[in-house]
Amino acid sequence: MENTQIPAVGQEPAAASAARPTPTGPTKTRPWGASAAIGLALALALTACASNERPADPTGSTSSDSLSGTINAGGSSAQTAAQEAWRAGFQSAHGDVTVNYDPIGSGQGREGFAAGAYSLAGSDDAFKTADIATTEFTLCAPGTGIVEVPAYISPIVVAYNLPGLSDLKLDATAVAGLFTGQIQTWDDPAIAALNPGLELPTSAVTPVHRSDKSGTTGNFTDYLSQAAPDAWTAGRTETWPQELGGEAAEKTQGVRQAVTLAAGAVGYLDASQATGLGVAVLMVNGQPVPPSAAGATRTVAASQLEPGRGSADLVFAINRTPTEAGAYPLIMVSYLVGCQQYADSAQGALAQAYLAWAVSDAGQAAAAANAGSAALAADPALATRVGEAVDSVR
Amino acid sequence: MTAFADSLPVELDQSRLDESDEACSDGLVQLTPDDLSKLLTDDRLDPFPPSGLLPEVGAEPTDRVGPTDQLELHRSAQTAQSDRPAGLEQADVRRSRGGRWGDTTWRGLTLAAAVTTVLALGSVVAFLALEGAPATAGDATDLPAQAPDIWALTWPLLFGSVWVSTLALALAAPIGIGIALFSVLIARRRLGTWLGAAIDILAAVPSVVYGLWGLTVLAPLAARAYAWLAAHLGWVPILSGPASATGRTVLTAALVLSVMVLPLVASLSREVIRLVPSNLIEGALALGATRWETIRLVVLPQARSGVTAGVMLALGRALGETMAVAMVLSPTPFLISFHLLRSENPGTVASFIAQNFPEAHGLETNALIWLGLVLFALTFLVNSLARALVRPKGRTA
Amino acid sequence: MTETVTRQPLGAGSDEVALITTGAEAFSPPRRPTQDLALVRHRRHRRTVDRVMTVALASCAAVAAVPLLSLLWTTLSHGLSRIDPTFFSQSMRGVAGVGGGALHAIWGSVLITLTATALAAPIGLGAALWLVEYADRSRSLLTTGLARAVRTVVGVTAGLPSIVAGLFVYALIALVAGPGYRSGLAGAVALAVIMTPVVESACEEVLARVPGELREGALALGAPRWRCVTSVVLPTARPGVISGVLLGVSRVVGETAPLLLVAGFTDSMNLNLLDGRMASLPVYIYSQWQNKGVAAAAYDARAWSAALVLVVLVLALNLTARLSARWATRKER
Repeated sequence: MENTQIPAVGQEPAAASAARPTPTGPTKTRPWGASAAIGLALALALTACASNERPADPTGSTSSDSLSGTINAGGSSAQTAAQEAWRAGFQSAHGDVTVNYDPIGSGQGREGFAAGAYSLAGSDDAFKTADIATTEFTLCAPGTGIVEVPAYISPIVVAYNLPGLSDLKLDATAVAGLFTGQIQTWDDPAIAALNPGLELPTSAVTPVHRSDKSGTTGNFTDYLSQAAPDAWTAGRTETWPQELGGEAAEKTQGVRQAVTLAAGAVGYLDASQATGLGVAVLMVNGQPVPPSAAGATRTVAASQLEPGRGSADLVFAINRTPTEAGAYPLIMVSYLVGCQQYADSAQGALAQAYLAWAVSDAGQAAAAANAGSAALAADPALATRVGEAVDSVR
Repeated sequence: MTAFADSLPVELDQSRLDESDEACSDGLVQLTPDDLSKLLTDDRLDPFPPSGLLPEVGAEPTDRVGPTDQLELHRSAQTAQSDRPAGLEQADVRRSRGGRWGDTTWRGLTLAAAVTTVLALGSVVAFLALEGAPATAGDATDLPAQAPDIWALTWPLLFGSVWVSTLALALAAPIGIGIALFSVLIARRRLGTWLGAAIDILAAVPSVVYGLWGLTVLAPLAARAYAWLAAHLGWVPILSGPASATGRTVLTAALVLSVMVLPLVASLSREVIRLVPSNLIEGALALGATRWETIRLVVLPQARSGVTAGVMLALGRALGETMAVAMVLSPTPFLISFHLLRSENPGTVASFIAQNFPEAHGLETNALIWLGLVLFALTFLVNSLARALVRPKGRTA
Repeated sequence: MTETVTRQPLGAGSDEVALITTGAEAFSPPRRPTQDLALVRHRRHRRTVDRVMTVALASCAAVAAVPLLSLLWTTLSHGLSRIDPTFFSQSMRGVAGVGGGALHAIWGSVLITLTATALAAPIGLGAALWLVEYADRSRSLLTTGLARAVRTVVGVTAGLPSIVAGLFVYALIALVAGPGYRSGLAGAVALAVIMTPVVESACEEVLARVPGELREGALALGAPRWRCVTSVVLPTARPGVISGVLLGVSRVVGETAPLLLVAGFTDSMNLNLLDGRMASLPVYIYSQWQNKGVAAAAYDARAWSAALVLVVLVLALNLTARLSARWATRKER
């Protein structure tokens, strides 16, 4: 169609312009020049130096700091906020070091670490013992093992959106019922029995789960399968069992948003992200336990380290049915993974310094402030063991 | 105020007929396309006057006849042509005549560029096929979402992609085409230009932002509408409840997608509608057709294949859209369902890849790459159809 | 006014005129009353339909304005809170929670997009030139076959979902440079894959519209073909080429998924394309939204402000494209 237009149209102006002088050079470059000028103006408006980077250090204290270089780490997205706090603290202390953390997921983090992409990995699940034996860790010195330490311990909460209702109590069976569709309305007898005297709304339950594969789902389903094996039969799974239906949402923020949107919605997410939502108090051994960092630490204390692992490979088999008072069993323990001995000693020194900072009291406090996690120091015995494991890195 | 029909072609014709009154002794001469185009020589300066051909009441005729300052590719190409042949000076030509090497080099460079594009795509396909293949033959236990086999995973997602995109286009196509018709044929030129620019803003918004908007603004509004729909129109099979309380359903995803592809539909349709020969439109108007009749009987039949191709291209874009759908939709794996308002919705291929790739490893990654290949094949099919639609009339030069 | 206008040139009482111009006001007496009535009714009906449809078409534009205004309002109202000097002068290095800026992401976006353009524009334009100036004028079977292949490929890649492009480049990079390699250049390559077909098809369209007479004129003057291309075809098509390139730029500047996979994310400034991760605005938005700390509002504000900056950036690009093309057109005239 277009062809019918142009040739016919062209003749007249062509004839008319034959006598006109030809345009000269400058006009040709005009549009490019203009774009370039605008681009340049834009670039000049931005400084090429961020004012917060490289704080001038005239005191000469840099001499005491021999560390320089880049640490690339990646893995668990649950650790992002904690890693942010660790990075911020570490980089202010060591101006010549850059630490990057890719929150691309635990699986990718472990794979990237094994393949040498990351010198450290953050992972919601530790390497399986069989995998450690067979995997060749690229960055580690041949013949040495790996270090896995719990560094991010955080309660997971069951968050709900019931206007005007704040202290809802649930037990594992009721939680399973809500998420499997056994409990359809909020005034279900199972919930009423746990909340005597509470006026429950008649609204329908909208369970919200993660649509992506996630460690949070893994820990949540692990808790349900151990604490309420009769009501929850799907076992531990990182991908939500599709036959259960319900509302699905992407990542922690998606769940938070979905629960915020709809009255009657209930979801599970990291405690630090549940601000503004109702948070269920879990009934453990008949006692109400609100989610808290202290409660998480008690559960870790009541859990056993997985047997058959090295002294620096501190992996927990989380006890979801702790008998200790005040222990909150719905928790996530996320690990930092590094080499026992790095093939590159400079990289080893960097990794060791960063790991040591992350598990130190100050590092754990920073993470607690930014990510709402439980500090290791609350369990001195564990903190000591973790510290020893990290010190062995070189 | 007089209706615009009163002032339709007649007024336009009059301004020119005055000069050639004698030629129109039998009163019908000016209605033949040839004469019309002769009379409208001025307009031919601008082969695609956006709106000038359909005058508004009270519009100055000179407004429409004068050269537009539209930034149309064809326009600039056409105006520029007047200068260029003279721009090639004899001396330049003589100097370069011996330079055959110049031609060879130039040809070689452009050929290299052409070959690069083919190689790049070839490697995309080859790589996706290579990496995706293991999933089709592999051990069933390691697939994403615990799928029993790769096809149980592929078909529902493929259905979801097609379903969401089709819904999106069903919403976006009429509106986009309507905007194009309005801005080219009905609105004044300046309004048409502004409208085009405004719609282009929609194209400038990154899909992450669409996701945020869909989640925070659209979904809560939609949830209320869905509750009402399910209560009152629940007897319509696809509208039956229970309606999602969060509003994050397949219909919401389709709404967000439709806003995202709207600029594409509108701009492609606008291009095609502009290309409808102006003498046909003039002819119809001169014969007394109303604007709508002109659109229905002349513009749409002329532009149909092009507009359809534009819609298909937009469909292809919608199929591949990832982030916004991933953020807005509440998907249930392996579900094939036409219900628009429920919490359980079919997922889409692109968002499934995006959501599962980060945590995938081993055979799961292969399966996701395989899904990428399937998505690619689907968009390929849709785009080929679009290309086949325009080809018969398109490239003949 | 209109009645007098129509009657004079068309002549009163002509049956043919009446038949043809039923809908317009050009119908003229005398006629049998029943016929008149029918015609009037018919005319009214047509006019009503016309009005209804005009209003319907206009309301399409109004309907589209609703999401547009809502989007802009949401972005503006959420985004303005962090549009302050700090946002444009700081990176996120050493920042946890409140504060920080997006300078590193803005620079990353600018550098990555410019590099992608530097890769995609010559290839796209070159391929378009070859197709239009050489292949379409060749009778060689090999050439026409290759031309068909190139066109198919371009059509196919134009519809390539960006997530697939991301997967491809991720795998390619992993193969060439190891799995951990992230750099601005890798991101630029991924964007170039998406951008090239956009540039190519836009350029091809423009080049094909350069009238044949122009080329023939140049060739008749004795110019070799390459001289004809550089002196006649390209200058003529320049505004269209610029528009095409900027179209490609605005297509990729908001891409998230490929950059997330291959350019990675960092808190710090990085102006070296070849080495180390490079942040970009879309990835910045995504990560600020998706990975919040306890002070969630600060992350939200940063995400929306970055979205605002990105939208403004793309709009500025569009405006530049329009203005530069307009200047070019004016000058040529």
